[in-house]
Amino acid sequence: MSNTPISPQQGNKKFLLKLEERGVDVQACYQCGRCSAGCPITEFFDLTTMEVVRLAAYGMEEMLLDSKAIWLCAACETCATRCPNDIEIAVLMDVLRELALRKGVTPAEPRIPTFHQCFLGSIEHWGRAFEVGLIAGYKMRSGDFTGDMKLGMKMFSKGKLSLKPHPIKGKAEIKQIFSGKGKEYER
Amino acid sequence: MKLSYYPGCSLHGTALDYDHSVKEVCAALGIELVEIPDWNCCGASSAHMTNHEIGIRLPMRNLLLAAELGHDVLVPCAACFQRLKAAERSLREEPEYWDIQGYPENIHIVHISSLLSEDGVLDKIREKIKVRFEGLKLACYYGCLSLRHPKTTEVINYEQPRTLEAIVTSVGAQPVSWSHRTECCSGSLTMARPDIARTLVADIVEAAKRAGADGMVTDCPMCQANVESRQLDLGGEDYLPVFFGTELISAALSAQYPAKQKKLHLVDASVLDDVLRSAPQCREETV
Repeated sequence: MSNTPISPQQGNKKFLLKLEERGVDVQACYQCGRCSAGCPITEFFDLTTMEVVRLAAYGMEEMLLDSKAIWLCAACETCATRCPNDIEIAVLMDVLRELALRKGVTPAEPRIPTFHQCFLGSIEHWGRAFEVGLIAGYKMRSGDFTGDMKLGMKMFSKGKLSLKPHPIKGKAEIKQIFSGKGKEYER
Repeated sequence: MKLSYYPGCSLHGTALDYDHSVKEVCAALGIELVEIPDWNCCGASSAHMTNHEIGIRLPMRNLLLAAELGHDVLVPCAACFQRLKAAERSLREEPEYWDIQGYPENIHIVHISSLLSEDGVLDKIREKIKVRFEGLKLACYYGCLSLRHPKTTEVINYEQPRTLEAIVTSVGAQPVSWSHRTECCSGSLTMARPDIARTLVADIVEAAKRAGADGMVTDCPMCQANVESRQLDLGGEDYLPVFFGTELISAALSAQYPAKQKKLHLVDASVLDDVLRSAPQCREETV
């Protein structure tokens, strides 16, 4: 956690502008707590969902990017669905994760973004997810060699895991999507 | 009825049997499926969670391919459904931003349970099944992504959905009333944080058992794999198998539950076998 005092005066204006552009009206929060109450992962969070929204309203980008909560969020969208003020909390979480990765912030839950990156690497390469390849890649990069070994063997023996990837013909189009040249990088 | 079909990666991998049962059921009900040629992964949760551009562009490519076919698009996977709907919403709300003009207005993205729970389709299921699973108590489990966010999915009954219950009832089984129908199982975290997945799955399965369920039914391949696999970690002997809605319909249509299909479950799924053996036949006698 940073030592920045929590105050709107210290807030990151560029961050607030980005949220506005993505249609996330964090200022509309009146702290009813429905988002935190419905969150299935809340017991594992360091910040509750409502605290994430409040810190965002204050522009406290750094504290948020350092948190575990942004990575532990499973994107179930219960919070945003139940928000009485229509705050796009799930989009807020997406924005925070993307910012953290782009700014190279060391993730407080490193295995989770590692998994996402392995999954996306598989798509970038083949156009479709190649489960065995992404599992192997994840194991190498996360250092979690032994976890779920038995499960993996069981799924393999049932023929649920294919050893061959299923590449698509339009791989060049997929490469283009991953090229980092899209409009989103401009805003 | 003719529909474009987007199977998605799970249905060509860990949930291959879901793909088979979807095709079997649609063929039996006279629904023709045309697989979208050269479809790509929708990016699932990982893409939109970490990169907005990729999270929209990946599913959007599939929509543009589907637009050339012109039919509505059937999607059995809840995650794929949500991502295709998200891309559709983006495309309709800001076509200039994505530089894509002329995406047709009249193409609908349809999740499998919405299709199968339409009145006309339910009538057909009831008419064509050979057995009814009388006495089989099932907990219908929706999870998240076929429902939320309703602004994306355009689902009306997102807190109290009834589509799976309608399907379960149509094959003569009994849906139980229970608490965790739309709770998250944390499928997107299951590899990186299996401890969290175990906690959530334990709660969900306990709730289904409390309601007296013999098994669970879902339409999400991530929920199916996660809820079955994390139960194994929890130990004990009293596992609840998780069936796909189409797996049930397929068994009812053929009055058979093949051993090969049963073995694909990670936990014991013989409850369907047992009920099938004692189930009342409903076709031959009446014809």
